[in-house]
Amino acid sequence: MASNVVSPASKTSSRGSDSRKHSDDTRLALLFITPAAVGFLVFLIWPLIRGIYLSFTSYNLLTPATWNGLNNYKQMILDPVFWNALKVTLEYVVINIGVQTIIALVIAVMMQRLTKSLVVRGIILTPYLVSNVVAALTGLWILDTNLGIFNELLKLIGINPVGFFTDGPWVIPTIALVNVWRYVGYTSLLIFAGLQTIPPDLYEAARTDGASEVQMFARITMPLLRPILALVLIISIIGSFQVFDTVSVTTQGGPVDSSRVLQYYIYDMAFGRFRFGYASALSVALLIVLMIVTFIQYRLTRAGQTDLA
Amino acid sequence: MATLAPVDVTTDSTPPAIAPAGRKRVSVGRVIAWIVMIVIMVVTLAPFYWIIRTALSSNGDLLTHPSDPFPVGFSLDSFKRVFGWQTGAAAVAAGGAGQPINFWLYLRNSVIVSCLVTAGQVFFSAMAAYAFARLKWRARGPVFAVFLAGLMVPAIFTFLPNFVLIKELHMIDTLIGIALPSMLISPFAIFFLRQFFATIPNEIEEAALIDGASKVGIFFRLVIPMSAAPITTLAVLTYITSWNDYFWPLMVSYTDKSRVLTVALAVFKSQTPNTGPDWAGLMAATLVAALPMLVLFLVFARRIVNSIGFSGIK
Repeated sequence: MASNVVSPASKTSSRGSDSRKHSDDTRLALLFITPAAVGFLVFLIWPLIRGIYLSFTSYNLLTPATWNGLNNYKQMILDPVFWNALKVTLEYVVINIGVQTIIALVIAVMMQRLTKSLVVRGIILTPYLVSNVVAALTGLWILDTNLGIFNELLKLIGINPVGFFTDGPWVIPTIALVNVWRYVGYTSLLIFAGLQTIPPDLYEAARTDGASEVQMFARITMPLLRPILALVLIISIIGSFQVFDTVSVTTQGGPVDSSRVLQYYIYDMAFGRFRFGYASALSVALLIVLMIVTFIQYRLTRAGQTDLA
Repeated sequence: MATLAPVDVTTDSTPPAIAPAGRKRVSVGRVIAWIVMIVIMVVTLAPFYWIIRTALSSNGDLLTHPSDPFPVGFSLDSFKRVFGWQTGAAAVAAGGAGQPINFWLYLRNSVIVSCLVTAGQVFFSAMAAYAFARLKWRARGPVFAVFLAGLMVPAIFTFLPNFVLIKELHMIDTLIGIALPSMLISPFAIFFLRQFFATIPNEIEEAALIDGASKVGIFFRLVIPMSAAPITTLAVLTYITSWNDYFWPLMVSYTDKSRVLTVALAVFKSQTPNTGPDWAGLMAATLVAALPMLVLFLVFARRIVNSIGFSGIK
């Protein structure tokens, strides 16, 4: 199903070029891709190169960048805040992605087996339509230690109020779950779309053979969904590593450094202390982490293969 | 490659697999599944109710009745604060920060930035998509592959260097400075539109050529109108993304003149009065900032929901 969407393109165009060999649109094509190409080179490729270059310099924005070789990287290796930021970010990603993927899978499978109602899917997606800032502020209010309704409900069942945004061990799980609220619907719709590619007659056949829902999930849904699940995971993990908005609005890295995720540390280094060179080196580190994670994941989950073939 | 894409799941006319056999199987399992589903929907929507409930309350009563399920000390003061219809003294008395809030300015800024980004990105991406889908030129394949590779560069990595660039262009603290980096290209948008453009039958294009239309004319008078639906979907999605953007505007905007709603909300939050956060005002501001996108969603729900899917999976 999925590949059908792309394949007609190549067919029609190759047929077209056979019948109209004389026409060559190079000039017009170049004109048409010029704005996009300018944007691509100036705002995507050039920053990529420049970011790597700046990571080898000392730069405070006011005076020109001066080359300082590997100093930033040497400093980074000895920087305990960097390693803590990496640890905190990983903790965030594990909680955020773990919880989000499981809930999204449950929602998607239930939608597939119970209802294809557009209203249900619309409701599930609603939090995705508001900004991270809105989600963060709402979370901050609902989970407030003294006045938050969630702590009030905890009190009702005899649990002492929890400082979700003020108590060190709680902040990262809290921020991770606030973002699960915002993104889980979107993720579940991606998985749901993937589920539509599984032929319904497989379930029919299984049911005829007396298989239970659980058996069908384990033997049909999971194996056939694996490649799509792997792609969803790669995309959401890359996004998850870049967490910033929620931290910036709620805890600003605190208490102490317990929610100082990498991206917030980079921002703080660049705009709080004007150390753009060092901030760039931190960005390169994050880029490398993302590349490694993607590569490992791609290998582990064999994302390119499907059991359907 | 997993992206938002035109996989239309609802037009799938095959009945739900469960339907035929489902009639007599109103099993315990299904009941439990429905209960779980309803709980999930309630958890999804409850925060929205709580935003409204808090926004319609007054700060003093929120302190004394934190768990009342309905608005306490019903008042619209919080909205007046957000819209700047309340004097500083009155705002302080109601538990606000008393600083002026230029809500209408931030709203205008958000609208301008989102319109610029959407118009630019969709139009320029449509042009590029047309070149990749329907024009014949030798470097087409490789150039398209390079553009697609752009999808792999994490946005996070381009922020700092782009900030330096925008600074060199003297566009810091301007709306154009916020919009420019995402106005010209989105590899995803090109990828998205190219698929639709490619499905337009060749015969239609050839008939137009015989009638004397130019390739440029075909783009404007044939390809764009025929792709109105996907272009609208893409525009709505781009608008929402741009509206909700926080990190990049936070870096570029320093003063009110270029402040967009997301950044303004965070600033509003940081101006905590001595008496404690102005929760009623904050929730009113949150509601007002989120409302335009929720309305947009209500109007385009079907398109948006159906646009989320996969394409091009090998």
